[in-house]
This record gives sequence, structure tokens and C-alpha cells, in this order.
Amino acid sequence: MPVQYYIFLSIALFCIGVMGVLMRRNAIIIFMCIELMLNAVNLLMVAFSKMWADAGRVDASSAQLFVFFIMVVAAAEVAIGLAIITMVYRNTRSVDINILNRLKN
Amino acid sequence: MINLVWLVPFLPLLGFLVNGLGRRSLSKSLVGIVGSGAVLASFVISLLIFWEVKTPGFSAQVVHLFNFISVGSLQIPFAFQVDQLSALFLLIITGVGSLIHIYSTSYMHDESNESFARYFAYLNLFVFSMLILVLGANYVMMFIGWEGVGLCSYLLIGFWFKNIDYTNAAKKAFVMNRIGDLGFLIAIFFIITQFGTVTYPEVFSKAAALGMNNGVICIIALLLFVGATGKSAQIPLYTWLPDAMAGPTPVSALIHAATMVTAGIYMIARSNILYTLAPHVQTVIAIIGLATALFAASIALKQNDIKKVLAYSTVSQLGYMFLALGVGAYGAAVFHVMTHAFFKALLFLGSGSVIHAMGGEQDIRKMGGLKKFMPTTNWTFLVGCLAIAGIPGFSGFFSKDEILASAFAHNPVLYVLGLAGALMTAFYMFRLYYITFAGKFRGTHEQEHHLHESPAAITIPLVILAILSIVGGYVGLPEVFGKNLLAEYLAPVFAPSVPFAVAHHLSHGTEWLLMGISSALVIVFILLARQRFANYEDNGKESTGVAKVLENKWYVDEIYDAIIVKPLYELSRFFRDTIEKSGIDRLVNGIGRGVQWGGQKIRLVQSGQVGFYIFAMVIGMIVLFVIGFLL
Repeated sequence: MPVQYYIFLSIALFCIGVMGVLMRRNAIIIFMCIELMLNAVNLLMVAFSKMWADAGRVDASSAQLFVFFIMVVAAAEVAIGLAIITMVYRNTRSVDINILNRLKN
Repeated sequence: MINLVWLVPFLPLLGFLVNGLGRRSLSKSLVGIVGSGAVLASFVISLLIFWEVKTPGFSAQVVHLFNFISVGSLQIPFAFQVDQLSALFLLIITGVGSLIHIYSTSYMHDESNESFARYFAYLNLFVFSMLILVLGANYVMMFIGWEGVGLCSYLLIGFWFKNIDYTNAAKKAFVMNRIGDLGFLIAIFFIITQFGTVTYPEVFSKAAALGMNNGVICIIALLLFVGATGKSAQIPLYTWLPDAMAGPTPVSALIHAATMVTAGIYMIARSNILYTLAPHVQTVIAIIGLATALFAASIALKQNDIKKVLAYSTVSQLGYMFLALGVGAYGAAVFHVMTHAFFKALLFLGSGSVIHAMGGEQDIRKMGGLKKFMPTTNWTFLVGCLAIAGIPGFSGFFSKDEILASAFAHNPVLYVLGLAGALMTAFYMFRLYYITFAGKFRGTHEQEHHLHESPAAITIPLVILAILSIVGGYVGLPEVFGKNLLAEYLAPVFAPSVPFAVAHHLSHGTEWLLMGISSALVIVFILLARQRFANYEDNGKESTGVAKVLENKWYVDEIYDAIIVKPLYELSRFFRDTIEKSGIDRLVNGIGRGVQWGGQKIRLVQSGQVGFYIFAMVIGMIVLFVIGFLL
């Protein structure tokens, strides 16, 4: 398959992620949208890695290594992020991010 | 011996450092010994150097010490040039300088320990700067010395700085000198751009190659002359010199009569070729010199302060020197510098002795009859007056006669006016002499009781200078009497000008006639002064008409005040009140206020809405991408 397909797919995923972060108020959905953006980038990296490997470049696997890094970081972020959201819910009985304005002042 | 020439300026510098740094701890006698000894040692070395230089056939030697400035192709070495002109000036500066140092040990003895040492430190620094000025082998070194003597002059005029008038006089001298210095500085820049060097021989040979009436040479000569008018007190920059009498009297003798004010003459005599190549500039110099001579002499006729009379007389004599330079008689100008150094230093030191005896009184109307109280001061002062008036046999006669004869050969009108100035000189000097020393004493009883002859440290320099004022003229006898040794000695310095100069020669008959006329008229004027002032009584009447104008110095200070100082004050007030307050201040405050206002507005963007931040971030990223793609 041509690499353009992958690029379009990941742009679509990324834009969905951005829109979700901008428009939704539910913290968990925003969280999922962030994951979506991360994975759009992962997909793009793997696609380019494959493309260069087909073209005969020896060092093509480094992009795939980055993907693993991102996954590890994302996993750590999920652990912290979900914990925060849980705590927010416990305190406010809600996961609406506009309530977090109260942290101001 | 020539290689040791650096010692000549170095010793006074050493004296300056010792006296300046040790001013709190050294005793007065030690300070006096260090200060006078340094200059005296320089004088001995100068004598030895002079001995070597005066052998016939001696050509100028340059003693290179180190490279001072080296930029691109321009090389300015720190080097001393020993030739006939600089050796002669060395003798005058260190010789008269050491006499005045010795005199000062007694004259300044009433000062406190510290200011006594400060005085000698300044005086030594002055001698050092002056020696750098005349010894330097290029224009930049001359400029260093030029600024140095200006600084020392400022420091010494304002020596008694607690008196606000003295401080103002010092400031006036400094500012007036700065105006001239600017001309000198621009002239140096012109020399560098035109010739690519500042070393004398190279500049002079390159200038000679350009030929007569070259525009750039005329500009350089004129600008150098502007510098000379400042330092040597010529119209229009002369007004600082009479005010400079605020300094201690030995300072007036050394700086404002014998040495510093002749720096301009030295500079023009040194650059003689530049002036010979620019005859129009020479005409300007002759006219300004003559005008100054007459103008200052007319003011001196009605002054009542003993030092002011001498100050205006100095300005007038400097005018004569410039007249000589203007008519191309460089040797005569240098000759007059020398004789003037002797008799004017003598007169100033004599007046210092009088002021000392009178307990600080300087008004001659309150003196009189000092002849019987101070015999030595009296006869030495009389010798000085005879010399400056130009009585045959005294030094002033020979040098002034040489100048007037050269002026006559150039243009008889210059001669007639010059002679008129000489007659005024005779008149005001003998007016001064008779009012001060003849008649009966007009001061208070207390002063009369206090009158005494000054101590030996004061009278010995007076006697030596009196002897020099008599015999000093015989080195430059006019042609009808025999050989002019000085002219022969100086000939190599002025040799480059000879091919370009118009030679004048007077017949012996004319020379005799000129001498006869001037001597006879001078004696007539002295007798006139004697008749009017020998039994002077102070009637306390206000003078009127011309006399009043002369007494007020032609109101030149007032005119300068009105057309330069006042408008400048007004301008600065305008800048302070208008430009500063509503211009600069408003601009600066406006910027501050603008930043504050901007901060107030932009602060609202920080709303705390995370969604808005992210939205802004995304918009920003999109904009960046679009810009990245478009460009």
C-alpha cells in the first residue's frame, strides 16, 4: 500500500484527537483524545520506517524504537493521569474540566 | 649626551611624582630641594646638549624611545627631536624655570606643608609637559605636551581654589585654550590624511613638494594658527591671560609670560615651511599679531593692577612675536621669545617681590615710593622696564628692533603701527614703574611699617634675570653692529623655507635710521611718563571717555559675555527646561507608561481556561505551518 494512505489516516486520527481535546469537557474523553494523537504519531512513524526499509535503508528500525519509547511514556502518563482524574472525581463528583478552574487563585 | 635627552623631561616628572605622592610627609625644605633640584639638573643636561648642538654643521637628531601608536600605515613614534630650535627652548624653559622654582621656595613659604608640595608638584609637571612639547619629534607629541601645559596652567591658576573668582579664571583659561586646541587637533587630522605621517621632517619635505599656495597646506597652517591664538593669547582668544593672573605670581612669570604662552610661537617656528608656503595665512598672522600688540598695549595704558599691566604687556609682546612670524622673520620671533622670557619673568618676579612686601596688595595706586624700601627689587625692575621698552643696549632693543626692521622691509605700514605699539609699551611700563617705585608711599601706615626688601631666594633670581635681560640681546646683534649669532645658530631650522621665501634686505643706512627713530621716540615717551607719573597722586577721580573704555579693557569681556556666554546659557536653559522636560523625559516616561498599559491589557488573556490555552496553541501551530509552507 502507498505510504500516503497511512499519512492521511494518521492526520485524520490526529485531527480527531485535537478536536476532542478542544471541544469535549469530559476529562476522560480528553484523555483518550490525547492517546489518540500519540498513537497517530506512532502510526506515522511505523509507516515511514517501513517505507525506508523498503527503499533499502539500513537504519530504518530506529523510528520503530521511538514508537516503543512513546508507548512507555504514554503508559506512565496513563497511570498518573487516571489517578488524577480519579482524585478529581472523588473531590468534585464530576469529571468536567471546567470545574478545574477553581484551582485558579 | 644627545642620547640622554630623555632625562631632561624625566627629571621634572620624577620631581612631580615625589612631591605629589609625598605631599603629606615631606618637609618644605625637602620639597623645595626636590622640586628645584629636578629642574636645575635638567638645566645642566640641557646646557651640555646645547653645547653639542651649537657646533656648526650639527644636523637634527631623533632619539627614538618606543612606538607610541601604530595603526595601519600610520606610525607615530614616541621620539625626541634634538635640534637648534628645541635645544634653545630647552635652555629657556629649564633655565628660567629653575630660577622661578628657587624664587617660589621663598615666595610660597607661607603656604601649608601640603599645598606647598602640591604647588611644586604642579610646577614640575608643567616643566615636564613643556619639555615634551618642545622636544617631541612629531605633531602628536607636541599635542601631548600642549594639553599637558594647558592642564597645569588650569591647576595653577586655580591653585587657591577656595576663592571662587580664581576658580572661574582657571575655568575660563581652560575653556579658551580648548577652543584653540580644537583647531590644532583638526590640523593634525588634516596632516595625517594629507601626508600619512606626523613626523616633522617627513611632513615638511612632503609639504615642500606640494609647492606654494596649496589649498590643504593653507588650511593646515590656518588651523595650527587657531591653536596658537588660544595658547599664545592672541585676538580673539586672549581674554583668558589677564584673568590668569589669579595664580601665584611665580606661576604667572613661568607659565603666563616666559614659557607656555610662547608655545604657539614655537609651533609656528617649527612648522615654518608650512607658513612660508601659505603667504596669505602669513598675512593673517601678521595682521592679528599687530592688532593684538596694539590692542593689548592700549589696555595696559590704564590698568591699575600691577600684574594686569604686565599681563596685557605679555599679550602685546606675544603680538609682536606673531608679527615677526607673519612677515617671515622666524628667527626674530624666537629671539624675542628668548629676551621676553628674561625680562618678563624678571618683571613678574619683581612684581611678586613688591606684592609680597605689600602683604598681598596689587593696586599700584596704593603703592609708590618703594624705591628706598626695596633697592634690589627697584633696580632689577627698572632694568626689566628698560629692556621691554627697547632702550639701546638692553636685550629688548635688539629683538624688537629686528622684528620692526623685518616688518619695515615687508611693509612700512606694519612698521609704523608696530612702532606705535612699542611707544605705548615704553609709556605704560614707565607709568607702572614710576607709580610703583617713585613718589611717596600711599598705602596704610601698617603696610609702610611692614615694607622690607625680600630675602635672598627672591632677590638672587631677580639679579640673575636682570643680568640676562641686559646681556641676552647680544647674541642677536643687528647686521650693522656685527654678527647675528642667534640667526646663524638657528639657520638650519629655517633652511627649508629659504627657497620659497621672498628675501628682504635693508641697507645699513635704513637700519641706522629705523633704530635712531625708534630709540629717540622711546626715550621721549619714557620722559613723558616720568613727567606725568613721577609724583603721582591718587586723586580718586573716575576716568571718562576713552580712558574709561581703556580701563574697562574695551569692554571685550562684556561683549563676549553678551554674544557668546549669555546665548549659550539661554540655549542650555532652553534645553534644560524644554527639550529635557517635555522632550526626553516625556519620551522615557511614555515608554514606561505604554508598557504598563500593555501589561494591563494582555494580562486578561491569562484567563485560566485550559481549553482556551490549547485552542490558542493549536491556532498558533496552524499559523506557523501555513507560514512555513508559504515561505
